[in-house]
Amino acid sequence: MKKRTMYFRMVTSSLVRRRSRMVIALLAIVIGATILSGLVTIYYDIPRQMGQEFRAYGANLIIIPSGSERLNDGQIDAAAEFLPDGDTVGVTPYRYETIKINEQPFMIAGTDLAEARKTSPYWFVAGEWPRAGGEALIGQEVAERIRLAEGSGFTVTGTDSKGESISRDFTVSGIVQTGGTEEAFVFTSREDLDELMGDSGRIDVVECSVSASGTELEEIAARIEANVADASSRLVKRVTQSEGAVLTKLQSLIWLVTIIVLLLTMICVATTMMAVVTERRKEIGLKKALGAADRSIVNEFLGEGLLLGVLGGVLGVALGFAFAQTISMHVFVRSISFQPALIPVTLAVSVLITGLACLIPVRRATEVDPAIVLRGE
Amino acid sequence: MNLLELNDISKIYGNVKALNRIDLTVEQGEWLAIMGPSGSGKTTMMNIIGCMDKPTSGTVLLDGINISTENSKSLTAIRRDKIGLIFQQFHLINYLTAVENVMVAQYYHSMPSEKEALEALERVGLLGRAKHLPSQLSGGEQQRVCIARALINYPRLILADEPTGNLDELNENIVLDIFKQLHRDGSTIIVVTHDPEVAEDAQRTVVLEHGLITKIKENERRGLS
Ligand SMILES: Nc1ncnc2c1ncn2[C@@H]1O[C@H](COP(=O)(O)OP(=O)(O)O)[C@@H](O)[C@H]1O
Ligand SMILES: [Mg+2]
Repeated sequence: MKKRTMYFRMVTSSLVRRRSRMVIALLAIVIGATILSGLVTIYYDIPRQMGQEFRAYGANLIIIPSGSERLNDGQIDAAAEFLPDGDTVGVTPYRYETIKINEQPFMIAGTDLAEARKTSPYWFVAGEWPRAGGEALIGQEVAERIRLAEGSGFTVTGTDSKGESISRDFTVSGIVQTGGTEEAFVFTSREDLDELMGDSGRIDVVECSVSASGTELEEIAARIEANVADASSRLVKRVTQSEGAVLTKLQSLIWLVTIIVLLLTMICVATTMMAVVTERRKEIGLKKALGAADRSIVNEFLGEGLLLGVLGGVLGVALGFAFAQTISMHVFVRSISFQPALIPVTLAVSVLITGLACLIPVRRATEVDPAIVLRGE
Repeated sequence: MNLLELNDISKIYGNVKALNRIDLTVEQGEWLAIMGPSGSGKTTMMNIIGCMDKPTSGTVLLDGINISTENSKSLTAIRRDKIGLIFQQFHLINYLTAVENVMVAQYYHSMPSEKEALEALERVGLLGRAKHLPSQLSGGEQQRVCIARALINYPRLILADEPTGNLDELNENIVLDIFKQLHRDGSTIIVVTHDPEVAEDAQRTVVLEHGLITKIKENERRGLS
């Protein structure tokens, strides 16, 4: 029989036939490995999970003209090609013009109202979103300055693109509160504004809401910039940075918890192994009396420890995924994707942690005096 | 030829002189019994002879090697090669079967061989129990496994500390018969015992008291029966 076969037989027999305390060590490793693989799965999935939630913050990517001309629909369609299909929440074009109401100057924005609702979910509208032509949303500030309420009518005057005077009646369908500059605007459909101004396809900015990470957004922006003539694209830093900050905080928290759990695992395994060494002093003394070198004693204990590490790691990978999946379903209400790379990582970490935890106990084992076997203490 | 020579051996624990200037020689092939009351230093002497402890002073020559000056690493190697140990409490590894317990000694010594281990068990009449765990064996059977383990590497010297102390008469006789056979085959045996009957089977009995050899007696049966 090969020495290695006998070694393996001794190590496995000890684990299988003795069980007892080693079960506690195994349990500790399983818990540690489960938390590790579970939390790391969540860690890598969180940006994707949170992406959708973050879209409540509003647009995170804008497209603006870079030439002398404003954007036309051709450019917008070309740019939209670079937005990811499933993860694009809304694409909202805005045309801005200056008009007068009651002889006071205001900005009016013509937009795709259905899309605006998606890209700016945080807008609070008292009343209704416009449903028909001739209806408009007005900002809170506008409403206060010219004393308009929901349902009131007002007249827009000014000059159109060809310099001719215009005048048109609108009805207030709702009043919009955002806490931002939008409150000084009048919003109407693109068609109404185009008709008022007598031309179309003159977009000042397109606001896009895409659920993607900061780097992915930067890539999208770069591609639009490179491929669409006279258009430039950039991130809305205010939004992307706060998303990034939230993610970083969450992820640091996850790391912290993982590291603490692994430390606790290590302490638990080390304590258990220490107790096992004390419990098995006689056996160690006997092996030394039979002529076992310190190296053999070390190899056997470490072998048992590492085998537990591997076993705990394997169980931990499986349980960890189940754990991550459960959390994901409860917290984010969507399923999580399995990271195959976690198998070797979890195994390696479990083995490493167990190995480290065994160092002191194993050392203690080599210090056992073989003379105790005859003494029968 | 002397296999073992103790020259002026003392072992002192604090203010206890466990062994006090002992001189003793054991010939190759001899069967020696050590008797004495509890605490007289028998086990201390066995530990020194068995390379598990070092004397405070004096020299020990085992098979021509001065083991009193070796470090613990080479003592381990000498113990592995030259000594077979038999204990009152058997000290089998409880999670290994009888045959595996014998193979452990081979494993540390050289190469485990299941075939040889089974042959060793056959010699002590335990072939049928080879796959049993120690907990499934009687005291006498456990002691025979312990003997098989002690013999498996053909040690120069067999040390047995109270080998029959935990056995009934029937098993005591089985163990003594094995010792007699070993003696006939030329093994050198040192046996510590409380039992005069057991000592009688050896060729010579050494009596220890308070760490001193107080009597050396040649036995009539001279280990041959
Ligand atoms: N490790 C030790 N530390 C201190 N005293 C010891 C130790 N081992 C043995 N002794 C003492 O040495 C004496 C001899 O012990 P021992 O050799 O075990 O006697 P025996 O085996 O004859 O009963 C006893 O007084 C015992 O208390
Ligand atoms: Mg004793």
